[in-house]
Amino acid sequence: MRKISFIFISLSLLALIVGAIFGTLAGIQYVKPDFLKDVITFNKMRPFHVSTVIGWIILCATGGIYYYLTNVLKLNLFSKKLAATHLSLFILCAIAIYISFATGKMGGREYFAYAPIISIPIFLGWILFGINYFKTTLTQVKNWPVYLWMWGTGIAFMMYHLAETNFWMIPYFRENFIKDITVQWKSYGSLAGCWNMLVYGTAIFLMSKIKNDENIARGKKTFFFYFLGLTNLMLGWAHHTYIVPTQPWVRYLAYGISMTEWVVLISIIIDWKHSLSQEKKEGNCMSYKFLMATDFWVFVNLIVALLISIPYINLFTHGTHITVAHSMGTTIGINTTILLASVFFISNRENSTYLAKHTKLLKVGYWIFNISLGIFWICLLLGGVEKSIWMYFTDNPSTFGEMQNKLQPYMYVFLAAGYGILIGILMVSMPLLSVLIKKKNT
Amino acid sequence: MTVLVVIFVVYNSIIYTQGTSNNTPLMSEQAIKGEKLYQENNCTACHQFYGLGGYLGPDLTNVISAKNKGAEYVKAFLNSGVKTMPKFNFTEEEKEAIAQFLTEVDQTGHYPIVEADKKASGWVDMKYKNQ
Repeated sequence: MRKISFIFISLSLLALIVGAIFGTLAGIQYVKPDFLKDVITFNKMRPFHVSTVIGWIILCATGGIYYYLTNVLKLNLFSKKLAATHLSLFILCAIAIYISFATGKMGGREYFAYAPIISIPIFLGWILFGINYFKTTLTQVKNWPVYLWMWGTGIAFMMYHLAETNFWMIPYFRENFIKDITVQWKSYGSLAGCWNMLVYGTAIFLMSKIKNDENIARGKKTFFFYFLGLTNLMLGWAHHTYIVPTQPWVRYLAYGISMTEWVVLISIIIDWKHSLSQEKKEGNCMSYKFLMATDFWVFVNLIVALLISIPYINLFTHGTHITVAHSMGTTIGINTTILLASVFFISNRENSTYLAKHTKLLKVGYWIFNISLGIFWICLLLGGVEKSIWMYFTDNPSTFGEMQNKLQPYMYVFLAAGYGILIGILMVSMPLLSVLIKKKNT
Repeated sequence: MTVLVVIFVVYNSIIYTQGTSNNTPLMSEQAIKGEKLYQENNCTACHQFYGLGGYLGPDLTNVISAKNKGAEYVKAFLNSGVKTMPKFNFTEEEKEAIAQFLTEVDQTGHYPIVEADKKASGWVDMKYKNQ
């Protein structure tokens, strides 16, 4: 089973690197519109980037869960064959998605730009994962710690919301544009909540294992926050669609629910950090460092998330790069740092000597990654402010093209920071990949 | 947990029916054809509706009713290949379908929302197009 976990995680690291490369290439097209235009236009380049980095999050979280269940919690997996089929299906889906983009046979929905037929094997993959997960845990674990609840919830809701992303093919939704766009973004908000369940569950698992204190994952407060997160997953999506003319109560409810968001994780991390001994930190140095980076990114994104969830502020930030700063800040700053912490935890268990040899490279990579992300994030915020001024506070607004030209200085720095993130990712990921590939072959 | 699941089922049912109910007429066959073309060419990678989508191109919610724009403006743009815009080869019939799709989207509401009643509580009352 270790081998399957390692393949999942190795592929995820590969997806992270490739996704970051696509991101930087798309970034060049932002500032130089003719760059590679004859080879691959932006409407194809962007889905390559988006789908690949989503692949990073899903594959890494999944590989980690398989590893933790079987190698750390020492549970007997219900079926290795199911896990192998799950892996094969996801690999085939990844190939099919790339073919779909390369040939231009696209479904063209935001984040799900691939041909819609590919959703079927992806959905099937999640069913197999769900069967394996619940058959393994329900029979062997009583009194579940919170991370098992979070992983289970993430898998179960993922199936529903993946199906929901395809409701647009049903005429009842498709024929009514407002219904369609609202349900579309409802499903995306909840899907992000689902993978957050998988990733944050991993974060709590790591904290409890690094500190060797299972109480972290069993306290009443932890469960309270889990239910709050679950409520957000189910009901808090509508802050994405405040602007869309739905019924006002939908937005009222989302406003109330959204104000509770993010407090969930930061509170748990702070409690954990305060009680952590130095010795245990050093034992999992890079894992710990990345979780501390998560702490920082949660904090700064929490401020932005809370502010842009207030309808008054959202009115001016929606549709600007401030929203992108929020989504990039959470997917790169929070999800990626937690998942890298997870890969470091696993790699450290497998070959700590190899990682120790590369400590300097890893630490430099860590700082390049985080500093670059900080610059990247600030550029997006500033670009968003500029666009908001153009949209709402200019008497005779210039054309869209002129506004874009005004954003160019921010975009150049944004692009340079994007390369910094890529370099940081390469420096951190290569030694990890090396450990995992060698272990896979033994 | 059971309570949450029940809430989820009831809540979704209400969202799919009443929560997203509106006075917008259903899209015509021609508009749905236009939307299909919009999707197949992944226009959302660059363009937005109601501020949702990619940011490389302009938001298209009200491109039809905007001053100095309209259906002819859109059709002239489609195969132009200017700047990052891909060089499409839409037929006249396809251009008509896309313009019809954008026309019917335009009728659903406003974006950006310049006229809104902003409350001290942080709430915003928006004026809908069909009210």
